[in-house]
Amino acid sequence: MSTTVRDGRERREAAEKAASERPSLEFGSAWSYAPSPEATDHVALAPRYGLFIGGKFVPPGSKKHFRTINPATEAVLSEVAEAAAADVDAAVRSAEDAYRKRWSKLAPAARGKYIYRIARLIQEKARALAVLETMNGGKPIKESRDVDVPLAAAHFFYYAGWADKLSWAFRGRRTEPLGVCGQIIPWNFPLLMAAWKIAPALACGNTVVLKPAETTPLTALALAEICREADLPPGVVNVVTGAGETGAHLVNHPRVAKIAFTGSTEVGKIIQRAVAGTGKRLTLELGGKAANIVFEDAAIDQAVEGIVNGIYFNQGHVCCAGSRLLVQESIEPVVRRKLADRIATLRLGDPLDKNTDVGAINSAAQLAKIRELVQSGVDEGAVLHQSACAIPVKGYWFPPTFFTGVAQSHRIAREEIFGPVLAVMTFRTPEEAIEKANNTPYGLSAGVWTDKGAKIFQVSSKLRAGVVWANTFNKFDPASPFGGYKESGFGREGGMQGLKEYVELR
Amino acid sequence: MSSELPVRKTYKLYIGGEMVRTESGRSDPIYSPRPKKALLANVSRGSRKDVRDAVGKARGAHDGWAKKTGYLRGQILYRMAEMLEGRAESFEKILRESRGLSPAAARREARASIDRIVHYAGWSDKFGALLSTVNPVASSYYDFSVPEPTGVVGVVAPETPELLGLVTYLAPVIVSGNAAVVLLSERHPLAGLELGEVLATSDLPAGVANLISGRKEELVPHLARHMDVNAICDAGGDAALSKAIAQDAAVNVKRVKRYAVHDNLAGAAQGLEFIEAFVETKTTWHPVGV
Repeated sequence: MSTTVRDGRERREAAEKAASERPSLEFGSAWSYAPSPEATDHVALAPRYGLFIGGKFVPPGSKKHFRTINPATEAVLSEVAEAAAADVDAAVRSAEDAYRKRWSKLAPAARGKYIYRIARLIQEKARALAVLETMNGGKPIKESRDVDVPLAAAHFFYYAGWADKLSWAFRGRRTEPLGVCGQIIPWNFPLLMAAWKIAPALACGNTVVLKPAETTPLTALALAEICREADLPPGVVNVVTGAGETGAHLVNHPRVAKIAFTGSTEVGKIIQRAVAGTGKRLTLELGGKAANIVFEDAAIDQAVEGIVNGIYFNQGHVCCAGSRLLVQESIEPVVRRKLADRIATLRLGDPLDKNTDVGAINSAAQLAKIRELVQSGVDEGAVLHQSACAIPVKGYWFPPTFFTGVAQSHRIAREEIFGPVLAVMTFRTPEEAIEKANNTPYGLSAGVWTDKGAKIFQVSSKLRAGVVWANTFNKFDPASPFGGYKESGFGREGGMQGLKEYVELR
Repeated sequence: MSSELPVRKTYKLYIGGEMVRTESGRSDPIYSPRPKKALLANVSRGSRKDVRDAVGKARGAHDGWAKKTGYLRGQILYRMAEMLEGRAESFEKILRESRGLSPAAARREARASIDRIVHYAGWSDKFGALLSTVNPVASSYYDFSVPEPTGVVGVVAPETPELLGLVTYLAPVIVSGNAAVVLLSERHPLAGLELGEVLATSDLPAGVANLISGRKEELVPHLARHMDVNAICDAGGDAALSKAIAQDAAVNVKRVKRYAVHDNLAGAAQGLEFIEAFVETKTTWHPVGV
């Protein structure tokens, strides 16, 4: 034991020395990139959107609308309807009507064919959807173009195929749809989360009322238009826009058979309590504080790329973000140095620019929350490392940031920041890494970096998290189940497991 | 003469592998229905502290139990069935005396309870294969999902049938590697407390199953609100209590599975879905390449 510690210390000192002797990498000033913005002229935005109920866009009974903006410019993009209780009721009744009269009577294969149509329409309109997603949410176009939109299409394509195969997924048991599903989604992956929710629900024979997040309603409304183009029977998919109150009307509606929610643990708990005793089914995909564990035998450069992808992907607005880095003590100086070098090269700015790595923070409120937590990190004594990149004047921005000298008790190590902020901690033994990784009420995801296969299985089997990425991070696929342990929620989305949440088994 | 005087049993709680009286020192008399009001025993009226002690023991036991091979967990459950078989007559006597069952009905319940444990013993190394998938992702990753135990599970046992109901909901919870804190039948706790003696001699590691008697209205909220309990198996059959459990469970996003309990659990109330209710799906990704 003592040998290990001494060896560790010697290696650490040698690494410190090597790191301090190496000059800083020069990036950014030697090369400049010309702006390369994606065109927006093919994105047709209406000045005002209604609610999508019964296959039509209708004005809200509330007569209220709210503005939706581009968080990178603060420019108003459009106005969307605020659904009141009567509007939510109309949507639920339309979904119930469609469920009873049309959708539940349709042959499963025909259900599948409608869902395939939606997948194809998303592919056809991929570029416009990606641009719209970036305009409304602030995420870099390279992410909406290469991740959000293709994955959304893939989810519909995947679940379309399940529609007539449910008896194979649940052998020996009979499946029945649940009825009307109320689905509430967050602002970090607006179109993709809509796809995760709608595709399996429809495949299993349910109809849905979807409530997109208040800051990012536009791609959900574009998806509603796609449902219309696909000739989906009216009422099978309804979209009601609004804020928390609209969501509460949906959660509390007596004719809703199931609630699926993705969002914060705080709101998830309120919903779980509200649904208690009603007989409604519930799935929750909530917050996270994932540990990304890097062992000294890992391929360091690949691990650093994984760390960067784990926390700075989508500005860190990712529930499964690798927001706690646990690095083995012997390699901490090297990793710290490489991480500082790497974030200096990340390009922050116009999300529509194809070279942009880090886009805009989704809203002023989220930016305030990130700033508050970062300030708490400084106040509690952690050491701040931040990219010195230029920050645009307009819009909401936060530079890539990490903290060293973080204690497990610090707020930045315990609370979900949902921004581009990483807390770096160290460990000596695998047992310590596991202990620290599991020291959180969350349990959504985790990362393990090591060259040793046996260590991967040993460590990953002890991590109390629903998704473990080994020598990779933030990978998603419709065939792969996703969801949390503990306070990160329950139920799985994706894969065969994702079907279970939308059927009653007899 | 004096040698014929029966030695009465003191029924105790089973917490952390030990037979203990409630720390509260309280007791409740249990009477026989026939002959009316004959005192059978004074059983512990468990307290909040007992529940918390049990959760602590369960948490401590969970990792080691989950890490054991399915083969070993299966053998330990089978050993439980062996021990129950050996004491079947004393369980039948309890069921006759405390619930007033006929000898035939008491025998049926004891036999069905033994069979139920044998059923789940056999699942230990099989449910994983049925609930696992290799996920065909559209990129060069090896991606697979396996079930893992949820953690510490609170079990609210049915009032009746107090023995078969208990094993019906306890066995599927522990076979996958969970640790359980059970609130026994309030009206008929004797069979459940007697089962503690079976568990204690079954090689079941201490703390994997903890059995508490007492008043459900008092104890259930402490279990449902406990921050270190991950899930509740609600087979209590009380609608108002169920709603309270579901609400309290939200404090730490507990999974709640509610079962409607029928007096006749002999037939279909077993199988994979009872295990599936208290496992989590873990998905692991790894790149494929050289």
